[in-house]
Amino acid sequence: MSKQEFLEQLRSGLRGLPQEDIEERLNFYSEMIDDRIEEGLSESEAVAAIGTVGDVVSQILAETPLTKIVKEKIRPKSRIKPWMIVLLILGSLLLFPIMPAVIVIILSAYIVVLSVIISLWAIFVSLIASALGGAVTAVYFAICGRGLSAFATLAVGSLCAGLAIVMFFVCLAATKGVVWLTKKFAVGLKYMLVGKETV
Amino acid sequence: MDIQLKRGLLDVCVLAAIKDKDSYGYQIIKDMKPYLSLSESTLYTILKRLETAGMLTVRSAEHDGRLRKYYHITDSGIARIEEFKEDWKEILSIYRFVVKEEENE
Repeated sequence: MSKQEFLEQLRSGLRGLPQEDIEERLNFYSEMIDDRIEEGLSESEAVAAIGTVGDVVSQILAETPLTKIVKEKIRPKSRIKPWMIVLLILGSLLLFPIMPAVIVIILSAYIVVLSVIISLWAIFVSLIASALGGAVTAVYFAICGRGLSAFATLAVGSLCAGLAIVMFFVCLAATKGVVWLTKKFAVGLKYMLVGKETV
Repeated sequence: MDIQLKRGLLDVCVLAAIKDKDSYGYQIIKDMKPYLSLSESTLYTILKRLETAGMLTVRSAEHDGRLRKYYHITDSGIARIEEFKEDWKEILSIYRFVVKEEENE
């Protein structure tokens, strides 16, 4: 095989690689063949010393990182058309102001939910305080000998205590609900990102 | 031989081949032949890797009416060889320890 034939076959074998890589490789092998010829080998002997084109190609591909091949594969063959650039710019113009707004909306929705939870717990705490206050006041009234007032405050205090117990379970359920929602949201966000990557 | 080990050895061998004076592809292969056989594409990959790592520089010079690439070792290439020597002193002492253990068995 002549040097010319070898290099041409090598070029078509390496077609999947970036153009500048192919040129560099071909120059390298060309130099190798020339140096052997200079040393006294015939052209076909010099080419044979390099190995078969198939062997060389498979060795080169084995040494080339997969990412490089994939990049070359997905690189658009035609140039980006003007309307695509316009669309990209318009898209980013819209997207940039919208993104912070979306983030703020999501955050504020979350804050609203959190504040509901906090106020529910606050109600619970105040009910307990009322119950305790009622009990203390009832004792005070009883000592003063005002039986009716003592009875009334005791009744209200007990009512508050009862409500507090109910409230406790309501708060617990609401808190659990929020935790669950947060987890769901985080998982949903991750799926969105992973989905984007694989596309 | 372990691939990772062999790769490291080849890098240092190529650096050693250009250490004393600039050399070119075929000359490097010939110089290394008595010690290990090296295919052209393997040499290409090694040279590329060493160039990217800044351990050698490449220049094209005319030779006999055609261009030939000459490879020149840099300071960090020389440092790599020295590092290799230090590493192997350690490995040799470990080797002696291992061999002695076997002889005692």
